[in-house]
Amino acid sequence: MSGVPIIELDGIVTRFGRTTVHDGLSLTVNAGEMVSLMGGSGSGKTTLLRHIIGLTRPQAGSVILFGEPLFSGSIREQRARRRRFGVLFQQGALFSALNVAENIGFPLRELGLARRDELRDVVAQKMAMVELEPEHAILMPAELSGGMIKRVALARALALEPELLLLDEPTAGLDPDRSASFVELIRELQARLSLTVVLVTHDVDTLAALSTKIAVLADRKIVSYATLKQTITVDHPFIQRFFGGKQGQRALAAHSGDVN
Amino acid sequence: MALEQAPSIGPDRDDAATVVLAGDWTIRSLEPDLKNLRTALSRTAPTTRWQLDGITRLDSFGAILLWRAWGRTWPDRLSLGEAHRSVIEDVANSSAVSLPRPAPYRLGDMTAAIGAGLIGLFTHFLDLVRLVGQLWLDVLYLFRHPADIPFKEISANLFKMGVKAMPVAALVGFLIGVVLSYLSALQLQAFGADIFIVDILGLGIIRELGPVLVSILVAGRSGSAMTAQLGVMRVTEEIDALSAMGISRTLRLVLPKVIALSVAMPLLVLWTSGMALFGGMLAAWVQMDLSMLFFIDALPRAVPIANLYIGLTKGLVFGLLIALIACHFGLRVRPNTESLSANTTAAVVVSITVVILADAVFAIATRSIGLPI
Repeated sequence: MSGVPIIELDGIVTRFGRTTVHDGLSLTVNAGEMVSLMGGSGSGKTTLLRHIIGLTRPQAGSVILFGEPLFSGSIREQRARRRRFGVLFQQGALFSALNVAENIGFPLRELGLARRDELRDVVAQKMAMVELEPEHAILMPAELSGGMIKRVALARALALEPELLLLDEPTAGLDPDRSASFVELIRELQARLSLTVVLVTHDVDTLAALSTKIAVLADRKIVSYATLKQTITVDHPFIQRFFGGKQGQRALAAHSGDVN
Repeated sequence: MALEQAPSIGPDRDDAATVVLAGDWTIRSLEPDLKNLRTALSRTAPTTRWQLDGITRLDSFGAILLWRAWGRTWPDRLSLGEAHRSVIEDVANSSAVSLPRPAPYRLGDMTAAIGAGLIGLFTHFLDLVRLVGQLWLDVLYLFRHPADIPFKEISANLFKMGVKAMPVAALVGFLIGVVLSYLSALQLQAFGADIFIVDILGLGIIRELGPVLVSILVAGRSGSAMTAQLGVMRVTEEIDALSAMGISRTLRLVLPKVIALSVAMPLLVLWTSGMALFGGMLAAWVQMDLSMLFFIDALPRAVPIANLYIGLTKGLVFGLLIALIACHFGLRVRPNTESLSANTTAAVVVSITVVILADAVFAIATRSIGLPI
């Protein structure tokens, strides 16, 4: 697929009080890519993601989604643009007053497009897609385990058939086994729905398994934006420390088959 | 990425029994013209030949529309690309399983709801008794270990619930005093009984209005804040963290609030009653030319000092009740937003109701004390 990039960040500057988090940061994500944002704690990964979602606005620079500035056009156009991406928040952010089925159907019901029976089918299809059992439909978020919350949140993020999926720490708080199966699920869905995925993570396994490209955030900029194989050769203290550790080495060895 | 193509549906040029679908059948492309497409789909005959090769993109919403139009079975005559077939297959598989529904409401449920409500009331009572008992144990413990008294929390709560409530209490008290004085003055002047304004204001404000007014203000202001704070601490597991460290949650969280409010309330009552009397005095001076000095001079004669004690005692008791009820509901919050809002509402409503009930009890118990007649 060619054409306009899905995300274009240009000259992003973010300051919190006196600390500068991003200083002239630029990043382009093309359709069909799976880009991991990686960086140490406080390097502004999540803040960058929030800029893309439009929850916060940078002090300077432009955020362009699907070839149009995020905050351009009428309210209706902006809303339509927001529907083209789905977000999986770190804690899932399920609506605690709604059950699983209502949570997944919420975006579509809010849109007022689907009829009641169609909505039921959409929910059933999405639940099957994220490998949830039908009987989970009437559970409340408080009754779900961490892994299930992530799955429900993923189903909700996919409810409007987005082209772009934004994931904030998709595997944080999951045990290695669940984490691996969740990563596998995301990869499968990405291929099936031809999604563009941007994820924030500091888990080496997730990073190695999911990303076609890795953007490394350090020194208030993107210091490296390349495939995993190229990234590990970059001579930057953060990257060397990150992949040089025991866990990094083990993850790289485990995924060396996937790296091209 | 290719440009979006509007979805279309129509009979084939050569064969009227064939329906041709083309374009993007995705939720975004379908949205503008969904109504017409839906009717067009529903009008097709069951024997129709479906020509779906022209579809450029198909997502699960589009697939669901088609699947429903087909009556949830594959049509006999269908021409469809392999990639799109799998999307529909996916929908077909998942729509075959039935999602459980929440059980519908039946008459028996009503009986159960009433029963649950009664049992709920009982557990409320039980929890409250348990809380009060635990607080007594904490107090006894603190008598033996004075070093553990949470002075800092008490003083912080005193500031938050007492000092910070002073401006709003003063404003409300002053205005109520003005209004009350003005209204009474109109009536009293008609009888030439101007002088009794001192009795009316003094007795009414010091004995009744001051404590109740402050209670309602504090229940709305500090009571709801206490419930919400404890509730959020429950949601974020902070209360569990305290327990895990072996720190008594009642000792650290509830007791300081109860003590602080029991101390702050009489003071707030004094402050608010004073402001209300000042407002009344001012209005009486403006309206009836009653000198302020005379008002102050006549006040002790018109209102026996016992009324002040009753007012302050009421303040203490009401404060205790509000804090207990607010904390009780705060500790009952379950980890979801609905429960938080329900409990905060209940805390305010119940504490105001209980305060007014307690006020009635006070009125009966003190009916022979402090009245000049």
